[in-house]
Amino acid sequence: MENFTYLQASQAKEATAAVRDHKGAAFIAGGTTLLDLMKLNVENHNQLVDINMLAFKGVEQTADGLRIGALERMSDVGENPLVMQQYPVISQSLLQAASPQLRNMASIGGNLLQRTRCGYFRDTAFPCNKRQPGSGCPAQEGENRNLAILGGSKACIATYPGDLAVALVALDAVVLLENAKGKQRRVPLLDFHLVPGNTPQRETVIEPGELIVSVTVPAAAHARKSMYLKVRDRASYAFALVSAAVGLDVQGSQIRSARVALGGVGTKPWRSLTAEKILTGAPATEATFRAAAAAAVRDAQPREQNRFKLELAQNTLVRALTDVAAKA
Amino acid sequence: MTDHFTPDSAAQPDGPAPNDGRRSFIKQATGLLGLALAPPLVGQAERLTALSKKVAGVSEMKLKVNGTVRTIKAEPRTTLLDALRENLDLTGSKKGCDHGQCGACTVLVDGRRVNSCLTLAVMSQGKEITTVEGLAKGEELHPLQQAFIEHDGFQCGYCTPGQLMSGVACLKEGHAKTDGDVREWMSGNLCRCGAYPNIVAAIRQVEKSGFKS
Ligand SMILES: Cc1cc2nc3c(=O)[nH]c(=O)nc-3n(C[C@H](O)[C@H](O)[C@H](O)COP(=O)(O)OP(=O)(O)OC[C@H]3O[C@@H](n4cnc5c(N)ncnc54)[C@H](O)[C@@H]3O)c2cc1C
Ligand code: SF4
Ligand code: FES
Ligand code: FES
Repeated sequence: MENFTYLQASQAKEATAAVRDHKGAAFIAGGTTLLDLMKLNVENHNQLVDINMLAFKGVEQTADGLRIGALERMSDVGENPLVMQQYPVISQSLLQAASPQLRNMASIGGNLLQRTRCGYFRDTAFPCNKRQPGSGCPAQEGENRNLAILGGSKACIATYPGDLAVALVALDAVVLLENAKGKQRRVPLLDFHLVPGNTPQRETVIEPGELIVSVTVPAAAHARKSMYLKVRDRASYAFALVSAAVGLDVQGSQIRSARVALGGVGTKPWRSLTAEKILTGAPATEATFRAAAAAAVRDAQPREQNRFKLELAQNTLVRALTDVAAKA
Repeated sequence: MTDHFTPDSAAQPDGPAPNDGRRSFIKQATGLLGLALAPPLVGQAERLTALSKKVAGVSEMKLKVNGTVRTIKAEPRTTLLDALRENLDLTGSKKGCDHGQCGACTVLVDGRRVNSCLTLAVMSQGKEITTVEGLAKGEELHPLQQAFIEHDGFQCGYCTPGQLMSGVACLKEGHAKTDGDVREWMSGNLCRCGAYPNIVAAIRQVEKSGFKS
């Protein structure tokens, strides 16, 4: 890891300015993505700005939903009673991610900004358009078992690896950002992450020096009746091969509202509005769930080693929808 | 070449096996020592404004480890794990992968378990750090250490300090009520020797004995 200057910021303005005005600077929260990538020389920063003193804390009920401070830790949010009861999909996505140690360290803001686990990206011996724009993408014809089947391009097919963002995008979460001028803006999480296109190095709409302040989630019946189902190569402490974040509001046997997102298969947290359209107003039956699952992966472009995800994603979605519909 | 974190990747390119880790570790340790001996590179901690702090180059850091405040000279990039092992001679905490993937470096910071390989020493100042060296009270082993011996909770012992620290935290968190719970909440600690069933048994025994840490 190359050396850097360490700066502890006591105010948001100080932190944002320190990153905006200093080429090569980055914020550090838990450090579990940042230091990992700096040790691999995938990222190099000559100044780290510690934001842990900032007041971006709290998990609280607001007039219209839930507000989570960006510096809250994954473990605390995952085991928060309000989140567990009213937004189970969020709690489950957090507690099925990483390890207890990492969850004690990792922040909510940092979690949304974690980077792909594509092996070529993480190894500087290989070309990679995301790490070094224009150098090529060996994954297209190479090791792509864990990579994306949805939202890829000729330039990059890296999976967005996180779990929390999949749950949050399903529940219409909104990210609150603040820049060095102190100006705040709200971005729906749906628009926060970008598909790679020709610029895989640009992963989100966040501007240099901009901070994530908090995340808000509207309360809803489909949020209370929601779940996260994660399928991995081993039972715990692994990234998703496929995951499903679903929420249903069922009255009688009819679905009144539905939320569907997939993880492990997309270049960004993958919300399927098409699947939701099929579910809404339809009877909560296996046939409906199958049709919705088929629609969710209709545009998939699997590569040689990740074709299995096509069926796995559908089965995961059907199982999650069946389980959540059966919940009281 | 692996990408996602799979059982093998813990020991493959982005996480060297203990042997390789040792080699690069020695290289890195020598580098650090060289810097510490070079006077022109000695920087200092300075106060910028009321509360913000800037640290560049080698500077003094105070770490409170197992109840004692100790001063080290290190760079901002020094991880807590390297500070413990290289600067403080507390070699109980182990470096398995150096990337948060194995748990061998687990310590408690303010009572919570963390991976010290992904924690900066400079950010650990003012906090209570507990390492495996701080578990026993003199000659009296911590109940979990005793249980590991009784249940054969290790073979080579490399993962053991991390397992113990993680286990102590797991018990304190209340995540050791069933075997299944222990397996899930101890999944951040890999054991290459596969002592898992015995580790689970040791933690469960301490849980059932009603021990309160
Ligand atoms: C071995 C391993 C396994 C993992 N498994 C999983 C898993 O199964 N599921 C999963 O979802 N994740 C997993 N992760 C990823 C982990 O959850 C993330 O590394 C973590 O959430 C990042 O949070 P952090 O606070 O440590 O971020 P940092 O490393 O501190 O920061 C990450 C990035 O975000 C920026 N940043 C941080 N906070 C802010 C903010 N408030 N505003 C603006 N920018 C900010 C930083 O500058 C940096 O670029 C795993 C990680 C490891 C190492
Ligand atoms: S898929 Fe993306 S991250 Fe992976 S090698 Fe190709 S460009 Fe790089
Ligand atoms: S050394 Fe492997 S997790 Fe820290
Ligand atoms: S790695 Fe050898 S005892 Fe666990």
